[in-house]
Amino acid sequence: MAAVAKRVGLSNPLDSLKQKVAMPYLLLLPGMLWLVIFFLSPILTLVSTSTKEPGLGIGEYVQTYRWANYLDALTAMHTQFIRSFVFATLATLIALAIAYPLAYAIAFKSGKWQNVLLVLVVAPFFCSFILRTIAWRQILAQDGIVFKILLFFHIVTPNTQLTSSAFAVVAGLAYNFLPFMTLPLYASLERIDPRTLEASGDLYANGFTTFRKVTVPLSMPGVVAGTLLTFIPAAGDFVNAQILGNPGTTMIGNVINAQYLQTTNYPLAATLSFLLMLAILAIVMVYIRKSGTEELV
Amino acid sequence: MKKFTRWFSKNFVRIYAVLGFTYLFIPILYTFVFSFNDYVRSNLVWRGFTLNNWKNPCGPLDICPALGNSIKIGLLATTGATILGTLIAFALARYAFKGRSLVNTLIFLPMATPELVLGASLLTMFLNLGFNPGFWTIVIAHVMFCISFVVVTVKARIASLDPRLEQAAMDLYANERETFRRVTLPLVAPGIAGGALLAFSLSFDDFIITNFNSGTTITFPLYVYTHAERGLPAQANVIGFSMFFLALVIVIAGQIVGRKRKVSA
Repeated sequence: MAAVAKRVGLSNPLDSLKQKVAMPYLLLLPGMLWLVIFFLSPILTLVSTSTKEPGLGIGEYVQTYRWANYLDALTAMHTQFIRSFVFATLATLIALAIAYPLAYAIAFKSGKWQNVLLVLVVAPFFCSFILRTIAWRQILAQDGIVFKILLFFHIVTPNTQLTSSAFAVVAGLAYNFLPFMTLPLYASLERIDPRTLEASGDLYANGFTTFRKVTVPLSMPGVVAGTLLTFIPAAGDFVNAQILGNPGTTMIGNVINAQYLQTTNYPLAATLSFLLMLAILAIVMVYIRKSGTEELV
Repeated sequence: MKKFTRWFSKNFVRIYAVLGFTYLFIPILYTFVFSFNDYVRSNLVWRGFTLNNWKNPCGPLDICPALGNSIKIGLLATTGATILGTLIAFALARYAFKGRSLVNTLIFLPMATPELVLGASLLTMFLNLGFNPGFWTIVIAHVMFCISFVVVTVKARIASLDPRLEQAAMDLYANERETFRRVTLPLVAPGIAGGALLAFSLSFDDFIITNFNSGTTITFPLYVYTHAERGLPAQANVIGFSMFFLALVIVIAGQIVGRKRKVSA
């Protein structure tokens, strides 16, 4: 663009070049400042809190750089950690299985309704996440309609518990983060040139082969982004486990939340939070490497 | 039978999509039905049909002020995040500069951090600084976690623009500023609108980060959460469903107006 400006000769080319160098930084400054102050520095505060120990007064903590806090926290809470990652993985796989055909239909089969359908995917956000989770609890309850239908087909027995179970928690997680899966999948599917699919058909690939060898590989960036955007919030969630679970389905989010807001054991809460963040980052890094999509944003 | 199999395989994706949307909307249908429940104290058991909840949506104490807070916070946070995010998106999409991967990392990290960690760490910092959490700390937190989503949405739109359109404008003697204002910006506008819509929906529905940084301020999701155990009034269903319906109507109306404009232009 600088070349065009020079050709048009509107201003001293050197001036415009100087502006060009400063411009991106000027554009970045306000947003980056916001993220440094309200995201990065709180994370650093979190790390410094995580190595504190109880002081003399009640609710008082002093900095002793006790890194053993991390080992203690892991020993005490590894069950909840593992459970969180297992639940989040299952929920992500279920969400992917539901969202892929959904996104595919919106991208290729919806015609002029495409934008309306996309809005329908996000619209449930407006009906409050917690309201919908409570709704699921009531729908799956033993006197609810789903239970009666399943009972009729002998899929459940009268003694089966659908709510207050690991099943309900995983289903709730998959449900609540479905839009985060669908939107990136749609974005990458929509970018596929329909002619590549036609070309595959012309080369005698049947519908399934075309899907497997052309559509899926081309939509991989969407699969990676969608699975991450579902897995990350699911692993740190505590609302689903609280509303749809039982004491045996406690996730790490429930522990951290309780340590912060009820027990006010800030060092333990901070240690667990930072561990959760590190674990998720490690998983994300490995996952991105494996799937070969380096540029995510 | 063979006819049916062919029809089924041809429409398989459509059928699956209908099922997917049904799954997405079952809880909303439930919310709608139970907004007409003649409830006593807690809206969990069906007791009979009434229009009272719809006639008196602000009946329960605090529920409408909570909704008002959610809307105010949503609008403020959306404005902030959309402006900051759009500027970053233009910098990333249109300029080569040093420190690019650092910027990309700082945009990506908030999305890769669970909300719980974002909310808790921000509260820790506010408390350490002696800041009382309340309305403005919620706005600050919401701007922070919405920026990245706006950047990703707007950047994708800028990247998909045909560069020849801007070249054509310059060939027709538009200077850089004019080209930006009359060609680039209108073309990027749908992406900015999409980012803003996403930011508003994330902010409006946020519970976890808000729960940490709210102090005594109540938003609609906080109201629903705190009353869920003691008995949620059916008015919460009225408001939840109305907001859902309103969002749909506004966006679909916007779509129709946009399409008409395109046709007439």
